[in-house]
Amino acid sequence: MIEVLINSALQLVLLLLVAPLLSGTIKTLKARLQMRRGPGILQSYRDIFKLLRKGMVIPETASWIFSAAPYMVFATATLVGLMIPMTTTHAPFSLFGGVLAVVYLLALGRFFLALGGLDTGSSFGGLGSSREMTISAIAEPAMMLAIFTVALGANSTNLSEMAKVAVGQSWRFLAPSQMLAFAALFIVLIAETGRIPVDNPATHLELTMIHEAMILEYSGPYLALIEWGAAIKQLVLMTLLVNTFFPFGLSSDWTLQTIGVGLAFYLAKLLMLACMIVLVETTNAKLRLFRVPELLMVAFILGALALISTFLF
Amino acid sequence: MISLPFVFALSLAAYAAGAFASLACWRKPALARRICCSAALAGAALEGLTSVLAILRGTPVAWSVPSGIPLFAYSFSYDALAGFFNLALAIPVAAVSIYSFGYLKEFEGKRNIGLFGFLFNLLLLSLTVVFTAANAFLFLIAWEVMALAAYGLVTFYHEDRETRRAGLLYIIMAHIDAGCLLLGFALLINSTGSAEFASFRPIAAQLNSGQQTAAFVLFFLGFAIKAGVIPFHIWLPAAHPVAPSNVSALLSGIVIKTGIYGMARIFLDVLGGVPSWAGLLVLIVGVVSAVLGVLYALMEHDLKRLLAYHSIENIGIILMGLGAALIFRVAGHPTLAAVALIAAMFHTLNHAIFKCLLFLGAGSVLHSTGTRNMEEMGGLIRPMPVTAFCFLIGAVAISGLPPLNGFASEWLTYQALLAGFGAIPGLTRILFPLAGSMLALTGALAAACFVKAFAITFLALPRAAESRNAHEAPRTMLIGMGWLTLACAALGLGVTWFLPIFDAMTEQLLGQRVSSHLVTHGLVLSAGMRTSGTVSTLVIAVGLLVLMVPAALLVAIGVRRFGRKRGPVWDCGLPGLSEENEYTATAFSKALRMIFSVLYKPRREIQAVFDVSPYFPKEIRFESEIEPTFEKRLYAPLQEFIFRVSSRMRTIQAGSIHAYLAYIFVTLVLLLLFGVRK
Repeated sequence: MIEVLINSALQLVLLLLVAPLLSGTIKTLKARLQMRRGPGILQSYRDIFKLLRKGMVIPETASWIFSAAPYMVFATATLVGLMIPMTTTHAPFSLFGGVLAVVYLLALGRFFLALGGLDTGSSFGGLGSSREMTISAIAEPAMMLAIFTVALGANSTNLSEMAKVAVGQSWRFLAPSQMLAFAALFIVLIAETGRIPVDNPATHLELTMIHEAMILEYSGPYLALIEWGAAIKQLVLMTLLVNTFFPFGLSSDWTLQTIGVGLAFYLAKLLMLACMIVLVETTNAKLRLFRVPELLMVAFILGALALISTFLF
Repeated sequence: MISLPFVFALSLAAYAAGAFASLACWRKPALARRICCSAALAGAALEGLTSVLAILRGTPVAWSVPSGIPLFAYSFSYDALAGFFNLALAIPVAAVSIYSFGYLKEFEGKRNIGLFGFLFNLLLLSLTVVFTAANAFLFLIAWEVMALAAYGLVTFYHEDRETRRAGLLYIIMAHIDAGCLLLGFALLINSTGSAEFASFRPIAAQLNSGQQTAAFVLFFLGFAIKAGVIPFHIWLPAAHPVAPSNVSALLSGIVIKTGIYGMARIFLDVLGGVPSWAGLLVLIVGVVSAVLGVLYALMEHDLKRLLAYHSIENIGIILMGLGAALIFRVAGHPTLAAVALIAAMFHTLNHAIFKCLLFLGAGSVLHSTGTRNMEEMGGLIRPMPVTAFCFLIGAVAISGLPPLNGFASEWLTYQALLAGFGAIPGLTRILFPLAGSMLALTGALAAACFVKAFAITFLALPRAAESRNAHEAPRTMLIGMGWLTLACAALGLGVTWFLPIFDAMTEQLLGQRVSSHLVTHGLVLSAGMRTSGTVSTLVIAVGLLVLMVPAALLVAIGVRRFGRKRGPVWDCGLPGLSEENEYTATAFSKALRMIFSVLYKPRREIQAVFDVSPYFPKEIRFESEIEPTFEKRLYAPLQEFIFRVSSRMRTIQAGSIHAYLAYIFVTLVLLLLFGVRK
């Protein structure tokens, strides 16, 4: 019991602290790759801190749903973070929800955020909500197929179990099914975290925006919660990718040393994945909205192929 | 110990008394309304009590009263399956009856409440008999009474042309399904010489494969039409919305579930299993219904039609579980079959509850605004806060989002499907995870659809005068919805306490008690044997609440130090945003309409009137519709064919009484010859 509490507290701190660092790192790396100086890797902390110290403007048309959405986004993302193994194979809340709960909890946060976008009566909010729900709906089957491939290999939908099985076969990612599943999940990651070529997190132009349009009316602490929640969600999805496919550094016992090694490996893996995302973002242009389904269809087919190849090879 | 048949008879008597007493009091509307609703409430309470007794008892109770007519007896069998469906009937009916106290008030002086009460209680009576009948003819009679009572209720606003057309379509489809069932039972009766369900069980194994196929196809058609499975669904989105809202709730919540009951009863119990291709067919039909149902729902802006399409979707999800159960049973995995069956049955109960809740919510909105068109609503959360809250809970539950009941049953369905991959040999196993991914698509699209349904109806600014003058529903209606809202939460959070209810049913149908495998650590739902996966809705709910506390503290500190004010919505510097600038239901689903345009074949027409420049139109008329594929491609040719055949047949229908007498005589002789030869 005590162990679970300590583990949860540690993972919670890690989640809350690493998430803004990761998005700051991605921004900086991207800037460097584009020959800009960039804001520095601490910028996301500064943004959140600044927003928490701002006054809030709530639209006259909004109801209590508008205010409930930021809490939902923050709480679902954080709770999901506790279900995912980060530095050891043991996630504190893994018993209380596996990968299905992760997907559906993120959907719960999105459900309320989309309601919040529509609650103001602004066309921007409606536009963002509509697009967000559409894209996530099309991304969902691809995500599930890729996840099923891994879950069926591990005979479990529990993320800790999946990580344990993965640790037993560290080089499994070379198997065709795992590579295909990784590719599918990577595309879904791009879509779910709203990155180029699906969405552009850096602009507020109405033609390019999905997520940013939905949260246009939020300000001050509410916006801080949403931004922080979005950063945590990104961290969670990236963790899901690195730890299920590349379980290096994960160990099942619990000593200071293994946690230290686990943390170092974990941060290094995240940095590599961040580099991949940055490369994709820099070398691609944003797709037209109605081309996005084609990209996600590719992910779906990759997922289906991954599944089929599990029993071909 | 109270005797089960006695309580059961009391509940039937309550419904019957309600039916005839309210008909008798039709001249006194207020009295008829009270009789109708209290009798239904009493019947539901007694029915709930009966099912609890049956579930506690565990073993079936059967009794039979001979009728004197050959093959027909008043045989009832109250077993675990019947008990479960009676429970799934009693919980929503209790809510609907309380709701109707307030809802029917507006009928007073305008409509015949006595007739309504008669049909309403008759429907409940026949549903109860359908779930408990153990004689094929008793079952069919109850089935037919149910269809007729439902027809009367669907066409209650019969002055409306759309309603009459929907009623006609409904009654035609209801009779096609009754015909299929009659033939199916005839096949069984022919081989046993008895119409008792008990007599069918021993001979089911001796049917040859042709008979088996025929029996499966006939029963499947009959029950699938009743359940509104695609492609037999066309009556459902027509008939359910036009009925009074409390009836729509019953139709979508319970009446279509008789199809699910029938499949479980005939395929798992009476026939004792079906060939594996049949199980696969059920699974595939389930997937198709789920995905297409939700895709059509997304295109609706009539709130009640939208909900009706979601019934098709949820029936699809139930059939995925049921199909998996049928396949596992044949493949020799009774434990897995039990898990899949629990998933299907649990979703049946959950859907009964949240669909009733949503229809009652839609009824309150309709009651208050007088329109079903979502494009005229908006902002109703302010005048109708309680209705909005209840509808929101229903929307979260039906979208399968944690921690409510829809999530729990969909989670079990996923686990059953994933287990199928390991259990079934050969290439067919691929179908299970693919079905799982389609379930994911369905869930995500349902969430999108309910974001639309809730937000366009209840949030932002009212789009028409009716919504501006809306008022909250009367207290009885709110109590009815509140009861179902509680049920959604209780079944979601307390799923692990609730699961043992299914033990008797799975033991009876599959010889397995699995609820203990499905619970670990007391509170955690577990997937049982092959795939281990666990989830705890209770911990998720508590976890979410706990994590909101620090977030709320951060916000509270910020607001205290730096203030919070209300301001206008960002208008890009062009003041004068109004409700005309809001997103509409049609606009919300535009992206999906374009992405799935292959399916929808959307058509739109824009006419603009302008004076000088086309950039400043004075008036714009916009029309958009999607192609009703099944109606156009499947039913229209069929209808044409029937008309052609019937116009040919008119030659023998000359209208001469002599000719008709001759036909009767010839038929009689032929039948006699046939009888003698046998």
